[in-house]
Amino acid sequence: MPMTLNRVSVPVTVDEDACIADKGCTVCVESCPLDLLAIDLLKKKAFMKFDECWYCLPCEKDCPTQAIRVDIPYLLR
Amino acid sequence: MSDMFAEVDVLVIGGGTAGPMAAVKAKEKNPALKVMLLEKANVKRSGAISMGMDGLNNAVIPGHATPEQYVKEITVANDGIVNQKTVMAYAQESFNMINQLDRWGVKFEKDETGDYAVKKVHHIGTYVLPMPEGHHMKKVLYRQLKKARVEITNRYMATRLLLDANGAIAGAMVLDTREGTFGVIRAKSVILCTGAAGRLGLPSSGYLFGTYENPTNAGDGYALAYHAGAELSGIECYQINPLIKDYNGPSCAYVTGPFGGYTANSKGERFIECDYWSGQMMMEFYKELEGGNGPVFLKMDHLAEETIGTIEHILHSNERPSRGRFHEGRHLDYRQGMVEMHISEIGLCSGHSASGVWVDEHAATTVPGLYAAGDLACVPHNYMLGAFVYGQFAGQSAAEYAMSHELPAVDDVQVEAERKRVLAPLSVVDGLPPAQVEYKLRRFVNDYLQPPKVTKKMEIGLDRFAEIRADLDSMSAANPHELMRAMEVHFILDCAEMAAHASLYRTESRWGLYHYRVEHPEKDDADWFCHAQLKKNEAGEMTCFKRPIEPYIVELDDEEKDAYNRLRVVKQAEAA
Ligand SMILES: Cc1cc2nc3c(=O)[nH]c(=O)nc-3n(C[C@H](O)[C@H](O)[C@H](O)COP(=O)(O)OP(=O)(O)OC[C@H]3O[C@@H](n4cnc5c(N)ncnc54)[C@H](O)[C@@H]3O)c2cc1C
Ligand code: SF4
Ligand code: SF4
Repeated sequence: MPMTLNRVSVPVTVDEDACIADKGCTVCVESCPLDLLAIDLLKKKAFMKFDECWYCLPCEKDCPTQAIRVDIPYLLR
Repeated sequence: MSDMFAEVDVLVIGGGTAGPMAAVKAKEKNPALKVMLLEKANVKRSGAISMGMDGLNNAVIPGHATPEQYVKEITVANDGIVNQKTVMAYAQESFNMINQLDRWGVKFEKDETGDYAVKKVHHIGTYVLPMPEGHHMKKVLYRQLKKARVEITNRYMATRLLLDANGAIAGAMVLDTREGTFGVIRAKSVILCTGAAGRLGLPSSGYLFGTYENPTNAGDGYALAYHAGAELSGIECYQINPLIKDYNGPSCAYVTGPFGGYTANSKGERFIECDYWSGQMMMEFYKELEGGNGPVFLKMDHLAEETIGTIEHILHSNERPSRGRFHEGRHLDYRQGMVEMHISEIGLCSGHSASGVWVDEHAATTVPGLYAAGDLACVPHNYMLGAFVYGQFAGQSAAEYAMSHELPAVDDVQVEAERKRVLAPLSVVDGLPPAQVEYKLRRFVNDYLQPPKVTKKMEIGLDRFAEIRADLDSMSAANPHELMRAMEVHFILDCAEMAAHASLYRTESRWGLYHYRVEHPEKDDADWFCHAQLKKNEAGEMTCFKRPIEPYIVELDDEEKDAYNRLRVVKQAEAA
């Protein structure tokens, strides 16, 4: 069936200067109970891949460099 | 990728709260057993307590409450429909469990003399024990898992249980959520600890994952147990909670109540006597919300500065720490305004109300070798401490069962059918995205199943669900993550159908708002003072039947029986 790509704003922002995924860190990817975060293989930085957030904050709390900021998803902000 | 294959003695599915405890206790019972803890997320940060917890809602501590008092309280709060033996078994073990958690390093609030500082929130007794430093809960559990040498398997999701030729447990079939591959785990006994059915109703924000419950818990265990032929109970007794409007956290009256905060109407007046969550309380909440004095608020603006500071510290650091950010975005300060509240989407959860897989006081389900603990096991109002206590019972019972049984043979027919079902969405090209199917399904849940429950609406709902069932084969998954979500849609649909059938079956109203049937507005003890059970019959159909209530072991007098029916504040003038 025909498909389209809708844009959505996601609640998780990664500060790419602070993120050390290029040094092998995957802490936030392992923490997220909903498995929403991934490492961009080209940029070697973490990013939010799926907009299915419980705004529970383990990703932010566990990040060793405080690179993550979780906002309340726009729909309920 | 080749299939995962493992053989264990005890398989624990779900590593949130009850699961880690069950796994540790099975190992303690017999360290020689191979015990595997299977978790959809990562046990370090999974489940309802991923960020910790604000407190124990149901601590039965000598000097503050007795097990008998607690059994009475829950019997009344759950409108009489309880197997008191299961509640008593919890209550008698409650204090031991608190002491054990205390030894393990969980920090509870204590007074100057070192005693637990228990607070009154319930209508009759005193059971709430705050944990102002409750955010380290998962670390404490993880340490015990490592110590007990439990085998941990993260990022795998159970999709169906495996049965032997006699209908006893033989293991589980699983999906590797990162690789999108199928697997089989043979086990002598299985413990279900997969939490609530939290993705049933759609939050009014429309955001699929903005649910009260941790949305990893899509009702997996309810569906797993159902398809294995287990009996479920009280599914019609939904979970509906009073929450901050738009935000999915409790406000939370349990935390603020002991400090002087309370639930109020738009005039700032108290309208309920007691903030303990029950169907009866939710009914008053709903009436006020919809009535001329609505909406409903949590009032704290009358409290002293340092009290508010303390409340903020607890509410904004444990359990749901993004709460502070939400208020900030809405420019709300507890000192200056009341917090607008609303009611949550519906869910199934025995941790909060009573819907779950039927278990006895040893956490055994009706399927040989299958045990259940936590939010999905039917022990009313069991909360976090109940999940720990029943996790312990389940771990011990499942270990004993495994010690006296051989590993059953694997039925290839079941395995092949399940492999086909689970992997199907990967080979559908340009099919329906699971998120769209889920959105539609859960919107129908809101439209047709949410109380007040109307017969015709629920019947239409079942028709819509049948249409969605026909759509399941058209779902496609573009990656392993979407495949996990597609399988969850199957679980949610099972739960939606269970909720509709169970609600239609009980032709009376009970538990306040949880089961308010418009055409049958009265409680009918003559016909319905019984458990309503649900299971899959031999023909594969969903059937409901009655199960008599075991004779009470703690009797209630008439005054006590009525306690939760008198929750509305009676104004002086009216009372005179
Ligand atoms: C926001 C909130 C606040 C609460 N506040 C309190 C409180 O203050 N005091 C209190 O006593 N109680 C509180 N509760 C209730 C308490 O947290 C729960 O009753 C308890 O934690 C339930 O434990 P559980 O093990 O059943 O579920 P969970 O801890 O949620 O664990 C279920 C686990 O199963 C996993 N899982 C699900 N499906 C599968 C599958 N198919 N395969 C593998 N794994 C799977 C999940 O990832 C999850 O880790 C609160 C609950 C919530 C949601
Ligand atoms: S935890 Fe922090 S540093 Fe590590 S990958 Fe994630 S964002 Fe980057
Ligand atoms: S806030 Fe929670 S759900 Fe959202 S990305 Fe972080 S860990 Fe995942």
